[in-house]
Amino acid sequence: MAELIPTPERMKRSQRPMPEQDPKKRVCNFDEVPLGYTTEDAIYEAQRCLQCNPPPCVEGCPAEIHIPQFILKIVEEDFASAYLEILKTNSLPTMCGRVCPQEEQCQRACVYNKMGRPISIGRLEQFVSDWARKQNTKEKLPDSKKKGKLVAVVGSGPAGLTCAADLAKMGYNVTIFEALHKTGGVLTYGIPEFRLPKKIVEYEVDKIKDFGVKIVTDFVVGLTKGVDELAGEFDAIFLANGAGAPQFMHIPGENLNDVYSANEFLTRSNLMKAYKFPEFDTPIKVGKKVAVIGGGNVAMDAARTALRLGAKEVHVVYRRTKEEAPARAEEIAHAEEEGIMFDFLTLPVRTLGDEKGNVTGMECIKMRLGKPDQSGRRKPLPIEGSNFVMQVDMVICAIGTTANPIVARSATNVQTNKRGYFTVDEKTRATSREGIFAGGDITRGSATVISAIGDGKKAARAIDRYLSSGGSLKKSKK
Amino acid sequence: MYKIITKREIAPNIISLEVAAPLIAKRVKPGQFIILLVDERGERIPVTIADYNRENGLIRIVFQVVGKTTAQLYQMNEGDQLFSLVGPLGNPSEIDNYGTVVTVGGGTGIASVYPITRELKEAGNRVISIIGAKTRDLIIMEDEMKKASTELLVTTDDGSYARKGFVTEILDEVLQKEKDVKKVWAIGPAPMMKAACEVAKPYGVETIVSLNAIMVDGTGMCGSCRVTVNGETKFVCVDGPEFNGHLVDWPEFMNRLARYEKMEKHSLEAYRKACRGENG
Repeated sequence: MAELIPTPERMKRSQRPMPEQDPKKRVCNFDEVPLGYTTEDAIYEAQRCLQCNPPPCVEGCPAEIHIPQFILKIVEEDFASAYLEILKTNSLPTMCGRVCPQEEQCQRACVYNKMGRPISIGRLEQFVSDWARKQNTKEKLPDSKKKGKLVAVVGSGPAGLTCAADLAKMGYNVTIFEALHKTGGVLTYGIPEFRLPKKIVEYEVDKIKDFGVKIVTDFVVGLTKGVDELAGEFDAIFLANGAGAPQFMHIPGENLNDVYSANEFLTRSNLMKAYKFPEFDTPIKVGKKVAVIGGGNVAMDAARTALRLGAKEVHVVYRRTKEEAPARAEEIAHAEEEGIMFDFLTLPVRTLGDEKGNVTGMECIKMRLGKPDQSGRRKPLPIEGSNFVMQVDMVICAIGTTANPIVARSATNVQTNKRGYFTVDEKTRATSREGIFAGGDITRGSATVISAIGDGKKAARAIDRYLSSGGSLKKSKK
Repeated sequence: MYKIITKREIAPNIISLEVAAPLIAKRVKPGQFIILLVDERGERIPVTIADYNRENGLIRIVFQVVGKTTAQLYQMNEGDQLFSLVGPLGNPSEIDNYGTVVTVGGGTGIASVYPITRELKEAGNRVISIIGAKTRDLIIMEDEMKKASTELLVTTDDGSYARKGFVTEILDEVLQKEKDVKKVWAIGPAPMMKAACEVAKPYGVETIVSLNAIMVDGTGMCGSCRVTVNGETKFVCVDGPEFNGHLVDWPEFMNRLARYEKMEKHSLEAYRKACRGENG
């Protein structure tokens, strides 16, 4: 068994890099890019942990994972216990290990971060949860008393799954309603296979079903049944239906045939498996030269997907610079390694097409950075007369999403803000209507999987308090 | 899973299915649609709901075999299950007592216009309906449409049955004769809907069309179905499917309908070939 090593030696070690698929090979497949730590990698990295008390990293984790404890179990080569330690607070560890922006969360708080080499907490979490998945270990639920109360969860993305799992563990009877034919929300339709394999999402969802959570697919809350109707059938409701509606630039030529929203492009590829056409029936087009508009993780996902689908050249067009781009540094680096080209300080003003609707080019204007704006980032300003045409035959718009109003329209007295997101109490995720809670992107706009998980946890706790103190939607007024 | 309860070939290559979908049957209103998947590898396709029975929980859809998914549906039998069925999607038709209205159905568009026609008549309107198809065999739901409307006019492109001519020609005649038509609903292939709008425009009669755009989720998430209406981008799935046809950018809409034409053809041919292989 490995053991903790003396502190000075621990501090000398540098971060163990993640083994990855060769960029030249991986652009030709949809397999996962990081290969995962070996046992030796994991122990080496885990031994670096200083086991701080109190641990600053935990403060940075919305899923409240007992980080030093699980890392210590890795050192002790007791991976089963490490896994159980994570599961105490986080029901979706195989996903968090992969897609959390750890550099903004736990790893930012790590004492080693000042030296630029924080413990690779995410990689360790991925190692442990993958180990457990391969062992097919079933977590034994603590015997919680059945509470006999019904909770409806709207949406099976990270917020909904987390809230449902936590409530089921407490003994509640939970039903998730999902609009699509598959569960997972953005984990399934949004994040590509090469970043989050769908068999992993399915594995996590199955685990949550094992907790007794019922999942109803093909059910659009707001259309198949309204929130008001569900309120007559359930004791509490958690709304986690996602941000939903794709934004466009509102520039001429935006509805030409080969202008996609990132949502459409990724949904076709990820959810419908269009990358396996004609084995799967859903078609997808990919141009020879593709422009992806935007600087976030979704833009990186769309660009890297286009490359894998056979595009010869893919450009990410972003109006600010690399420093301001909201995508994770790791995602930008992966895209660069794969040969994606970046056109920073560039703003599309018009998409050009022929009479059949085919894209023939995109007119852009060059930008420069001015003074900081409300977001604190320097504001991009157009440089007059710098217009030029990019020769592209496909455009993917990845500039974010807005609230989809379908759910809100069916929910009397559940307030939304002027952008259409549910307004909630930050701590309890309670909406303006008693017994109805909300979390994830439909309360904050496009954010991260981990913030959605954090919301799900907070809501589960608040719902438990509400129901334990005798509250019930069925009894309350609209 | 959603069980097919009845299946009828109501015209060559045009199938009518009744599917058990109690939740949808309970809430659906004329003008709304569903999205279905034949199997796990299938494509999500939108189909307008042709009829529903709130008591027995059945919805009815009518479709023509045009691509792989509809070819697969054609092969399915009573008792078989659809992999996925979701709805009711989109906004219902704006039914009101307008006075005199005209509903026009071309081809399988007849099935879409049928529940709207029925509801308009029930709401107190005098409903003149015009249905048409290429040829006699392809006229569907004539008896139902007769019952649903105040007056029914039938036409075939080749004159093999009833009047010879396009539905738009009959529409022109009706609008000439009837001075007080308040609204027209025209549903069918895109060129027919566009032509109906052109016919009705000089009479100043608002013409509602139901757009059969390409969709994926059908709930406003992907934007595949976007269309320019009155200079603004709209999503057919959540803002429609019905729009004032005079405001629709038809060339753009028709271009977007043809986005996957080649791939759709390839899919159907491969499927046909595989079927032949299995049979022979």
